[in-house]
Amino acid sequence: MTITPTIRVQREGFDLQAEVDLLSKGKPGVGAVVTFSGLCRDDGGMLAALELEHYPGMAEAEMTRIGALAIARFGLLGLTAIHRYGKIAVGENIVLVIAAAPHRQAAFDGANFVMDFLKTAAPFWKKEHGKDGAAGDWVAAKDADDAARDKWK
Amino acid sequence: MTRLVYFAWVRERIGKGEEEIDLPSSVVTVADLLNHLKTLGEEYQAALQYPEVIRVALDMEHVEHDEPISGAREIGIFPPMTGG
Repeated sequence: MTITPTIRVQREGFDLQAEVDLLSKGKPGVGAVVTFSGLCRDDGGMLAALELEHYPGMAEAEMTRIGALAIARFGLLGLTAIHRYGKIAVGENIVLVIAAAPHRQAAFDGANFVMDFLKTAAPFWKKEHGKDGAAGDWVAAKDADDAARDKWK
Repeated sequence: MTRLVYFAWVRERIGKGEEEIDLPSSVVTVADLLNHLKTLGEEYQAALQYPEVIRVALDMEHVEHDEPISGAREIGIFPPMTGG
């Protein structure tokens, strides 16, 4: 049976437990589920929110491509990736990745792989909103994110 | 006509999110396209001043700057991605 990733790009938030239940339901072979959630942090008290912009259509396509690579490479039994867009306040969720596998290592590696590629290839951009209410700078891409992706080669 | 779509600070500097333009036949590769756009005005020069950091997608697929753009219906031009 071909396993296809569940991919969503949405403005609204998500419920971690509901998504885990949905992914593992009807899959008795699942012995390990790893979830990663990325939140908006205040960066040392400076930030109030992030504004997430995305390329509609391409964002979903890239996430689907990355998810399918992870399923094939790590033998995952299920993979969910949800990315939000719009204005996201400090403390709110931005992204969720869930990887389900028979054993833990594949689930850990699958979630890690998806996040490393999502950060460098999925078309999303973050703009900072400061506590003073002013729209600030666009977040700069980090070399460390490219290095994290390249370790999977 | 080719549809161009811009995102993040590329969109802000050019001052629009999308446009349809006629490309001269001398524009063959992605690099040619970026050079051509820079001739269209100061706002394009500001957005594309450092082409080495600019990312391009042809019909929603990432490509390198030496890729021919022939046949692409939609070309996305944007900074390095910062999602996740």
